[in-house]
Amino acid sequence: MTTNILEMQGITKTFPGVKALQNVSLGVKRGHVHAICGENGAGKSTLMKVLSGVYPAGSFDGQIVFEDAQVDFKNINDSEAAGVVIIHQELALSPYLSIAENIFLGNEQQTNGWIDWNKTNLEAAKLLARVGLKDNPITKITDIGVGKQQLVEIAKALSKRVKLLILDEPTAALNDEDSAHLLELIKQLQSQGITSIIISHKLNEIKAIADAVTIIRDGRTIETLDMHADEISEERIIKGMVGRDLESRYPDHNPTIGEELLRVEHWNVFHPIDLSRQIITDAAISVRAGEIVGIAGLMGAGRTELAMSIFGKSYGVKISGKVFKRGVEIDTSTVPKAIRHGIAYATEDRKRYGLNLIDDITRNTSGSALGKLAGMFGFVDGHKEATIAGQYLKSLNIKAPSVDSITGKLSGGNQQKVVLSKWMYADPDVLILDEPTRGIDVGAKYEIYTIINRLADEGKGVIMISSELPELLGVCDRIYTLAEGRVTADVPRSQATAEFLMQHMTKEREKSASDHV
Amino acid sequence: MTTSNELTKPVSEARKALGYLTGQLRQVGLFLALIVIVLFFQITTHGITLRPINVSNLVIQNSYILILAIGMVMVIIAGHIDLSVGSVVAFVGAMAGVMITEWHIAWPIAIVLCLIIGALVGAWQGFWIAYFRIPAFIVTLAGMLVFRGAAQIALQNQQISPFPEAFRRLGSGFLPSFGTSGYEPLTLILGAVASIVLLFGSLRQRSVRHKYGLESEPLWYFILKLVFAVFLIVYMAFLLASYSGTPIVLVILGVLIVVYAAVMARSVFGRHVYAIGGNLNAAALSGVKTKRVTFLLFVNMGVISALAGLVFTAQLNLASPSAGSGFELDAIAAVFIGGAAVTGGIGTVTGAIIGGLIIGLLNNGMSILGVGTEYQSLIKGLVLLAAVAFDVYNKRRNGGR
Repeated sequence: MTTNILEMQGITKTFPGVKALQNVSLGVKRGHVHAICGENGAGKSTLMKVLSGVYPAGSFDGQIVFEDAQVDFKNINDSEAAGVVIIHQELALSPYLSIAENIFLGNEQQTNGWIDWNKTNLEAAKLLARVGLKDNPITKITDIGVGKQQLVEIAKALSKRVKLLILDEPTAALNDEDSAHLLELIKQLQSQGITSIIISHKLNEIKAIADAVTIIRDGRTIETLDMHADEISEERIIKGMVGRDLESRYPDHNPTIGEELLRVEHWNVFHPIDLSRQIITDAAISVRAGEIVGIAGLMGAGRTELAMSIFGKSYGVKISGKVFKRGVEIDTSTVPKAIRHGIAYATEDRKRYGLNLIDDITRNTSGSALGKLAGMFGFVDGHKEATIAGQYLKSLNIKAPSVDSITGKLSGGNQQKVVLSKWMYADPDVLILDEPTRGIDVGAKYEIYTIINRLADEGKGVIMISSELPELLGVCDRIYTLAEGRVTADVPRSQATAEFLMQHMTKEREKSASDHV
Repeated sequence: MTTSNELTKPVSEARKALGYLTGQLRQVGLFLALIVIVLFFQITTHGITLRPINVSNLVIQNSYILILAIGMVMVIIAGHIDLSVGSVVAFVGAMAGVMITEWHIAWPIAIVLCLIIGALVGAWQGFWIAYFRIPAFIVTLAGMLVFRGAAQIALQNQQISPFPEAFRRLGSGFLPSFGTSGYEPLTLILGAVASIVLLFGSLRQRSVRHKYGLESEPLWYFILKLVFAVFLIVYMAFLLASYSGTPIVLVILGVLIVVYAAVMARSVFGRHVYAIGGNLNAAALSGVKTKRVTFLLFVNMGVISALAGLVFTAQLNLASPSAGSGFELDAIAAVFIGGAAVTGGIGTVTGAIIGGLIIGLLNNGMSILGVGTEYQSLIKGLVLLAAVAFDVYNKRRNGGR
């Protein structure tokens, strides 16, 4: 029987007014991959910040025993010196420095204060080999994809002689291929004796690599499941996370599909900086009233680029093609024009493109339709505005103290609901929802699906972009697949399977070209 | 049970009140700081600070910084900055001098032309910032040099003086007086009207909020705030009335504050400025015409700078090539003391005005006390740092995780 490398006991952490963690205990066996699950706001990240010294010893109650000795980490340097390294969800790499420079940032390979570049690059190359990266260590971080950046983070952790690696949502921003690679790497590191703690929303990943799962709910440990001893299903984990059985992960929906609302034809888009790169090639999509249309595609397939280029040419250059609304050609060349024609785009990146995080729910809700609230002289009716925000707060079940709450302080699911209320208030005919459930816990996802169904039932056309195939299969009436900027399939839900979609999502360009002939 | 409940009730009420106050810490703190500074100088200068003549001078001498602060806070809320306002003040002052004394254009027409020049200056800078996407810092740094040079060229490195009496009233004149002795009646009437408008406006606002079922600030806080504001207005009115009456610049300033506070708090344009500063990308994807808003913001700043330039020139009765140097820094300091965020998205017109008043009071009080300019500068710098440090600390404390 292996012993515990880490033992956290009775951890209680309070913030002004909030008990974030209450008497949480966590035991991690040496050499295990230990998963931590829980809804957003359950306290997972707080627990990891306690462990890694982001919250210094003394700012919380309880004790941490690491490698059989009680530890009091005062900061991240302390924990890293002990071999505990955390990789945050938002990668902490400096974009204009090289891979090697990033790996040794704060830990420079030096002699008397001068950097030894040969050693830096040589050591970096060795570390890169360990994580399976073949890139040159002098490559700049901006020049490699997110998947590789994640691996550089791990190489950086290895350079610190990591014993316990903590990964916070490591695959959230990765496509399936990169995710698989990353999970494989974690297993490899495991065989080299490195223990990992992985925080993830993706239950299939947990099933694939975790030896044990600890479930946290509302700041308390609910249970720890041994993934080898019991036959643990995804439903079993979900039950622990939400504290109830989800009868179904997707709400039932009987669509009433009407006339065609929006049709895009011969859509071509080029990369804004590299003008020779064609991002979207001759794409054609359409959506009818009451219909939920899915767009499936791997990362880099051009899903977001397609949506944003249609929505007021917000992405790309040299855009050509035609957009028809109810059969009439329309001009969507600027965002205000697109909105006037009844098109809305809810971004995949709420924090960067969706919300004004330092402002309150009211003003975010009214953000794209202020004109509806303005009277003479362009003044906004603040009372009506707050009332409307209050209505959405209630009808979308946004969990916030009041409409005056700052959106930056809400959880991901509630932020997403504010984004949705913003576009629902704008009252568009066609809503393009880009990854509407990314980074949202299971319970809130169900609510988002219900809202999407409700929108369709009101006669709106919904286009939903998602990386999660089960979600597309569970919610959409029809699904397009996108591969390398081309539409490779258009199937009704009844005929779609995950295998079919994946097959068309991975279709290579030459092959699809010959298919079309 | 009941007795203990009755005992704890006032305690918890008091705690709730305190909790509300700490939530409003920034707003309340700014006011408290202003009062503390006033009291400090009132005591150390042996009552000179609040003498009618000094209060009148305080308003007049700080008017152009306060005017600039109104435009600057809007620019800063949008996440930009304007370093050129001091030079624009000099340039517009120079043009006013040339137009009035050399070209013999009637002064009211010259004023209009100067405001148009300000708008053109703003349009020039706004074009490069909004449509050419050069950071405002660079464009207005260039503008700082360009318009300083333009002022020197216009004046051929000479000073122009004097200006017609009527024009000078813009900077240092008073509203016509009716009274012969004692309190000047027009000022008292204005004070009374302002108080009544404020009272009814606030009450109406509160009742409408109530009608819509929206949460309002606690009644005691509402009353306290209102009583304090009315007291301030009435007290100011009496002070000014016992001297020469209402300075014309105070009227200009009052109108600007009311109009711009409303624009920023309630107009679609104001909302768009906050949205751009809070999250430019999100604003653009919400259909805000971000370029046009940014452009207009700088046009507005240009007009406001021109107005400040006219007031300053009229007050000094002098158009000088070196006029207005350092004004941009005073205006920016006023905005940040008033609680605006460097990163944009946060700030208010009233905050900037209070920030400007704090700087003005420090200048005025320290001058009366005979503090050397070297120490004045040092102290003002520390006050700016302290104000922003307080902000940052406060944000971190509230920020939780």
